[in-house]
Amino acid sequence: MAPWRGLLIPGLLLICWEIAARATAIPEALSRPSLMIEAIQASSLNGALMLATLQTLQTTLLGLLLATTLGIAVGLLLGISPLLNAVIGPSVEAFRPIPAIALVPLALLLFGFGISLEVSIIAFACVWPIIVVTIAAVQGLDERLSQIARGLEFSLFQRIIKFILPATIGRIWVGIRIAAGIALIVAVTVEIVVNPRGLGYAMIFAQQMLQVDLVYGYVVWTGILGWLLNLLIQLIDQNWLSRYAVSGR
Amino acid sequence: MTLYRFAMRLAALAFALTLLMLWQLLAQSNAISTVFFPPPSRSLQALYELFASGRIWQPLAATLERMAFGWVLASVAGLVLGALIGSSRLLRAYLEPTLEFFRPLPASAIIPPAILILGLGQTMAVSVIAFAAIWPVLLGSVHGFKLIDPRLTEVARSLEMTRFDFLKKIALPSALPDIFAGLRISLAVSLILAVVVEMQASQPGLGQNILLAQRTYRSPELYAGIVVLGLTGYLTNSVLTIIENRLLAWRQAYRH
Repeated sequence: MAPWRGLLIPGLLLICWEIAARATAIPEALSRPSLMIEAIQASSLNGALMLATLQTLQTTLLGLLLATTLGIAVGLLLGISPLLNAVIGPSVEAFRPIPAIALVPLALLLFGFGISLEVSIIAFACVWPIIVVTIAAVQGLDERLSQIARGLEFSLFQRIIKFILPATIGRIWVGIRIAAGIALIVAVTVEIVVNPRGLGYAMIFAQQMLQVDLVYGYVVWTGILGWLLNLLIQLIDQNWLSRYAVSGR
Repeated sequence: MTLYRFAMRLAALAFALTLLMLWQLLAQSNAISTVFFPPPSRSLQALYELFASGRIWQPLAATLERMAFGWVLASVAGLVLGALIGSSRLLRAYLEPTLEFFRPLPASAIIPPAILILGLGQTMAVSVIAFAAIWPVLLGSVHGFKLIDPRLTEVARSLEMTRFDFLKKIALPSALPDIFAGLRISLAVSLILAVVVEMQASQPGLGQNILLAQRTYRSPELYAGIVVLGLTGYLTNSVLTIIENRLLAWRQAYRH
């Protein structure tokens, strides 16, 4: 499959858009590609774009980190002990259907505007796939491994570090990958809804200032950022963690 | 065995109740701030009053309506487009990379341009929800229609089925599990975007209500609103699961 074919349709659409906008066939609120590029260029020259991008990436990564730590901890706990899973599991599970964004007002009440507000919401949204996958990975471990660990009289901590984590990291990574896909989306959403920082707020601010071209510029840039992040995850997946993939079970 | 499971259920319930009791005691003795963590009894009372006074129905209905419109629109469009793209090798070659580009795009980023083009209002809200919710269904059904067993295609050819018949009788049923996986994610996305739109663009609904509760420090009502939203997510998902099990029952029978 030739790669140019995937670029043909979006390329044609952009050209048609540009021509239609120049011929004033479409309303001004739709802007046009060349003006968007100009607007985003100006924003990158005065540093606003860089700052907003870094702010968004910062919370995205912190939220993901928090979710990974919490998710693996809870997942290990509930995966290793069937008793805890039966007793605590339902209480943990009860929070799952809550849309993360519904917790924004609560986080705002607790933390005020800023990094903590955003990180907590991202972590809440991202923790579920990691918990679910970790529990499944630990429960799916080869029974013989636990028997060996028992035979060697390992402490719980040693069992986790030397057996359980190395054997499950490949599958846990799948959960982290899903979570990483969610993290940026949640970050931008929280910024759009309330938090005055990052790319989401930059978009809303540009919209309120009626800087139409800049709004589109930011939207396209955010799309590219999401796409790049996705690509990065795929690269890590293929080059770095592929050797763990077979040991998943 | 059943006795054991019953005991476990009881223990799980006891654990949850203990946590709530602990929260209640801490809040009542002012060990934790009641502004941030009101005692559960007061949140429960706020929840009861929301329903008893009927104040919950209007925002709940507004949120559900917005969510349903957006989701149905996205589902129908996503299914039809997905069937077209998925069953044609040519269309896939030209369109699949573009679709993949949209998958990781934060859907809420569409809100600022949507406000510019459509203004504040229900049209904007539903469009935003539909735009956000279309990708999971679309990509799910492209995937489903792409992976149809080649033997089934051959059977259809030898039966001289028309393209429409093929799509309806063979392709759709075999793509249904992937489509439902997409529909399920779309449903969750619809609820999220409905709440986002209500918070960002001041559309009346549950999202706006909890934001207002926060701004006026009526925290029991805030907690009650979160519970209602959680229940909404849980119940809508359950209804879809029931429909899915009904529609895919043949598949289970086929497997055994």
